[in-house]
Amino acid sequence: MILLSHTDLSIAAALVVMLALLSLRLQAGISGQLLVAALRTAVQLTLIGLVLKALFANVHLGWVSLLALFMLLVAGREVMARQERRFTGWWGFSIGTVSMFLSSFTVTVFALVVILGDSPWYAPQYAIPLLGMLLGNTMSGIAIALDRLTQSAWQQRGVIEARLILGAHSSEAIGELRRQAIRSGLIPIINAMAAAGVVSLPGMMTGQILAGTPPVEAVKYQILIMFLIAVGTGLGTLAAVMIGSRRLFDERQRLCLDRLREKP
Amino acid sequence: MLGPLSLGVDAGECVCISGPSGTGKSQLLRAIADLDPHDGEVLLDGQPAGSIKPQRWRARVGLLPPESHWWLSTPGGHFPGGSPVAPGELGLPDDIMDQPVERLSSGEKQRLALLRLLANRPQVLLLDEPTANLDPANTARAETVINRYRESSAAAVIWISHDPAQVARVGCRALRLADGRLQAQGAGA
Repeated sequence: MILLSHTDLSIAAALVVMLALLSLRLQAGISGQLLVAALRTAVQLTLIGLVLKALFANVHLGWVSLLALFMLLVAGREVMARQERRFTGWWGFSIGTVSMFLSSFTVTVFALVVILGDSPWYAPQYAIPLLGMLLGNTMSGIAIALDRLTQSAWQQRGVIEARLILGAHSSEAIGELRRQAIRSGLIPIINAMAAAGVVSLPGMMTGQILAGTPPVEAVKYQILIMFLIAVGTGLGTLAAVMIGSRRLFDERQRLCLDRLREKP
Repeated sequence: MLGPLSLGVDAGECVCISGPSGTGKSQLLRAIADLDPHDGEVLLDGQPAGSIKPQRWRARVGLLPPESHWWLSTPGGHFPGGSPVAPGELGLPDDIMDQPVERLSSGEKQRLALLRLLANRPQVLLLDEPTANLDPANTARAETVINRYRESSAAAVIWISHDPAQVARVGCRALRLADGRLQAQGAGA
């Protein structure tokens, strides 16, 4: 493996600065955001690198769980922040967070225990990257699906109530919107799986190959990860849409759009 | 916000409610149809709404809102058991069930929504200005169809209307909602 020096990274950083200068010159109005995002990447990844280094040196279930919990809470906040119309109160945060916990955590623990079978099963070298990739993708799926659900319920409240009026159960009245929301949450991972290896080389596999892993081994890991991501995203999206669509109705199956509020 | 009010409607009776806009007439019908939370008590044949499953309640207490909504591309799909009345009786063309919903006029959609509601065979009809978008000939047709349904099914009808002539034609009893209170307005036909 070719080890990267600080100079190597500085050269890549200089390219980003050049892009920022170019966009400044073209008045694209994005150079500030670009630089802040690039800086965040450097700082956040350096920090997580240090955290992982410490974790690898002191393998303990408590520390791994603490980091996993932190990642989950940040992802939960991110899902809430991406909603144009979010659920009021704790529901706004907890629907996404609980769904991610149910899906990403379950799938990660399953993969660690049953498929990888390392000892201990929570070895941070596998647990944290696996959970990170699952959370990142599940987060996007849930955010897209919930946003679609709440927006379309708001826009199509007349249709939902028209069906309720005719005696439909709430799950029937919102059924089509629910299906659309689930589909929209799953499309990115389905596209990624369909394009993998033909249009795009997935990042994890590329990283492993660059780090010296034989391509066939890297491919096996990538297939495993993509399947796990698909299952995690699917289960998480299903859970979030089911909980969210239930929350849109009260115990008399009335549509309660006052349980949503617009993004501040 | 509606004040405390009490209203009883007999089977086969039609009660018309009029009154200025914004006094809560639609709100009253939505509360009876159990679409909005409220503090009141609504009974059907002596049974409180809360003791009946919400979907069963709404199927029996049918609301016709002022604006109709459709979720399939043609009206026909919304009538799984067929139309209870020939569309021609409401002045609608015979092929209306196969036309794209987005090409229908608001008056056509309003009459189709009435047919869709009647196909559900509700025991109570809550009609929120059911002829607001109709010309006089089609208004008369809609009134005939509604009255015939009321008489043949012994359905109780609450009809919101701003037209005194219509109230006189269809209402057994006329009420006025103003300042959150219901007041008698004299008998109709």
